[in-house]
Amino acid sequence: MTDTHIGNGFVPSGKLQLGIFFQGVNSGTVWKSPESGSQTDFESFRRIAQTAERGLFAAFFLGEGLRLREHLGRPHALDVVGRPDAQTMLAALASVTTRIGLVATQNTTYNDPADLAHRLSSLDLLSGGRAAWNVVTTDNAWTGANFRRGGYLDHADRYVHAEAFVTTAKRIWDSWEDGAIAETPAAPAWAAPGSARPVHHQGKHYTVDYVPRLPRSAQYRPVLFQAGDSPEGRDFAARQADVIFSAHPRLGDALDFRRDIVERTVRAGRGANDVKIMPASEFILAATPQEALEKKDWVRSLQIGPEQAIAYLEQFWGRELQGFDPDGPLPDIDPVVEETSETRGSGFHGAKAKQLADQWRAEAKDKGLSIRQFVSARTSRGDSSFTGSYTEVADRLAEYARTGAVDGFNISPWLIPTGLDDIVNHLVPALQERGVYPTEYAGATLRENLGLATPVRQDADTVRLQLTVGEQLL
Amino acid sequence: MSTAAHPSTGFLALELDGDGGHPAAWRKARHAPAELLDGTRVRATVLAAESAGFHVATFADGSLTPASSEPGGRDIPGRLNALQRAAFAGPVTGSIVLVPEVDTVYTEPFHISTQLASLDYVSGGRAGWLVAASDQAADAAAVGRSFVPADGLGREAADSIEVGHRLWDSWEDDAVIRDVATGRYIDADKLHYVDFESVAGYSVKGPSIIPRPLQGQLPVLAPAGLLSADQLSAGAADAVLVSAPTPELLAGEIAEARAAAPAAAIIAELDVVLDARGQSAAGRLAELDAHTPWRSSRARFVGTAAELTGLLASVLETADGVRLHPAVLDVDLEELAQLVLPALRRQGVLAPRQPGSTFRDLLGLPRPASRYAAVSAPSVTDN
Ligand SMILES: Cc1cc2nc3c(=O)[nH]c(=O)nc-3n(C[C@H](O)[C@H](O)[C@H](O)COP(=O)(O)O)c2cc1C
Repeated sequence: MTDTHIGNGFVPSGKLQLGIFFQGVNSGTVWKSPESGSQTDFESFRRIAQTAERGLFAAFFLGEGLRLREHLGRPHALDVVGRPDAQTMLAALASVTTRIGLVATQNTTYNDPADLAHRLSSLDLLSGGRAAWNVVTTDNAWTGANFRRGGYLDHADRYVHAEAFVTTAKRIWDSWEDGAIAETPAAPAWAAPGSARPVHHQGKHYTVDYVPRLPRSAQYRPVLFQAGDSPEGRDFAARQADVIFSAHPRLGDALDFRRDIVERTVRAGRGANDVKIMPASEFILAATPQEALEKKDWVRSLQIGPEQAIAYLEQFWGRELQGFDPDGPLPDIDPVVEETSETRGSGFHGAKAKQLADQWRAEAKDKGLSIRQFVSARTSRGDSSFTGSYTEVADRLAEYARTGAVDGFNISPWLIPTGLDDIVNHLVPALQERGVYPTEYAGATLRENLGLATPVRQDADTVRLQLTVGEQLL
Repeated sequence: MSTAAHPSTGFLALELDGDGGHPAAWRKARHAPAELLDGTRVRATVLAAESAGFHVATFADGSLTPASSEPGGRDIPGRLNALQRAAFAGPVTGSIVLVPEVDTVYTEPFHISTQLASLDYVSGGRAGWLVAASDQAADAAAVGRSFVPADGLGREAADSIEVGHRLWDSWEDDAVIRDVATGRYIDADKLHYVDFESVAGYSVKGPSIIPRPLQGQLPVLAPAGLLSADQLSAGAADAVLVSAPTPELLAGEIAEARAAAPAAAIIAELDVVLDARGQSAAGRLAELDAHTPWRSSRARFVGTAAELTGLLASVLETADGVRLHPAVLDVDLEELAQLVLPALRRQGVLAPRQPGSTFRDLLGLPRPASRYAAVSAPSVTDN
């Protein structure tokens, strides 16, 4: 029996939310099936966002990657690749949806705080208070090669930088007084003089000297999501985020992660329930458990074909392995050490390549696995995947709601654009019957729909400024 | 463009920023001031422009210091990001071209190129780029970069445009192959590094993270004077926006711009105040100016719809298009829609509008092949 006690004053809400994670570049989206549509046409995005909204999903997420993945020194050819800019796409989706939250994954290393905060405010106003920012911190020089500033950040500094960035953004969003804008055209000014407080930041990596241009939105300011799993990432989330886009969907693991986050959140001086958790997940569903298992095999065979299996090993071997039989044993030749470096954007550590290869060969031999079987097992989405009949999976999810292990799930559909249809048509009603899923949107804004409290301005400096401005307004 | 085959048919663009071109326009708008900053308003104005028959909507951007203490500061409203407003308008419109202004000096060229390509996707090939080059020290301070003085602006703009052009070409049109037999989603030979190096000291590697835009290349509009003759003749801009101190002086400026950029479309800029609601244009302007004077570097027309119709017909004899900046959108756009555009259409002065056609179609520009395709696949005729 799993220990479901969380502690530290945490109270399970008993409810779940769903989000859709439209990943863009990835290996999980099936493109070889006749049902797979375009990954870039607006109609794919419209269809999936509107389906999600029909299913009362809290949020529509877009991922981000700022340099094309490479394989052996050239663009990686096997996976889905190419995606629109997140905020531009979300602004377009804002006009064809009314309730669903619009979450842009945006990197803190290759953006400027004033510019990014302004654009997120703008998306928030345009969508009537539905915008969110999924904060990510990719920091390699390889990605930096596409930007003016280049790769100027040490990996160790990624969260120091991210936190300065996020606090600056919050100050920008906090800078306008409520009610600053005139109520009638006869008012003396469009916005009361002094209603926008300048924001200054002088830091190690950048300086900001900015007069914010936009007032608050219907949800006060964009909701903050965080995705990143290191201890530094978790502490950063505990201090700054509203929601964690986590990588821990298994029940036991999810409970451990919740305990860890609650502890960090309380230590950061926030409430035990202040940070929501929504893990990344994949659903493979059918009318019966047997059909779902068959479907899963079919999906996996499309995700990891023979070419994908060889390419997977090539990433670690740093060399071409085309001559090897995907159904035969792992390559007997050794990895090229120099080329398996982190700078290719894949995060593999060169020096460890030989060691890793030896270990894998031993393991595959031990278990009698071919290349394909070995890669399939290694890349198994078992961790994040829920497979089963609608009712079976609904029962499992109800347990998450009961224990408070998570606040919901971020679903990466393996099929675009129809990949949410069975979830919305069958899983959502099953969850509603169990009383663990909303039957209507709680409100008009993302913050309301996620059950988040309105932010309170925290820094003393701004409170003092507020008083000064209050005097001016009199 | 005005060629012998298309005698004097042109297009009309409408600037949709704020409540109109006049800084005090918000006082005459038909909505509460704060409603300027929501999607409902963006949708309403762009749909009004489309149904009035405008070919192009432009969206100004750039820093505005709200409620500053400068003269006119009390009339400066907030402003949503222009590219997002254009993107928001994409799915709800069907024929109007959407052109946001985007700065080139304090922005990341890689982000801009992706955002603009995305705008082309969400609008079905109706996107363009109005290139701006900020001369504001405040914009440099906002992003913590050193201020670029006036003589550097053209170079910054040209560099940013060049990065955009290369990144848009960096995926050949048929790069996405989805070849089930070989398991390849893309043909890696059809993706290209752009390897751009700027004089200012930055470089961009590429390729883009989004496939080639629907139009291949988005048309680029630039204000006259920003880019040098060399940059223009190298194809940095597809259209040039021309201003003159008065409507009478426009013809001379148009001719000059045409000589400087023979391959580009020439678009004349015009501020417009019309007689409306039983009030004379001059009276309306005086009333607005009493709040904050309208200073602009553009020629200004103040008068009746019939007079404006005559002026536009005559400007379109030499220019390819005219961009109008109405004093108050809610008021002047109604007059334009009911009186001016119908009269110009009757006279056969305006280019026809076809749903589903691209901005390049409107400008008479063919869809170009990727520059890299020409290099990687030389055809026999190249010998
Ligand atoms: C569920 C999940 C989704 C993520 N999605 C993205 C993404 O779309 N783009 C990106 O650049 N990084 C993404 N990341 C990674 C983050 O960039 C993260 O900041 C990075 O892993 C470094 O932080 P860490 O060391 O704390 O994990 C994601 C991470 C998680 C856990």
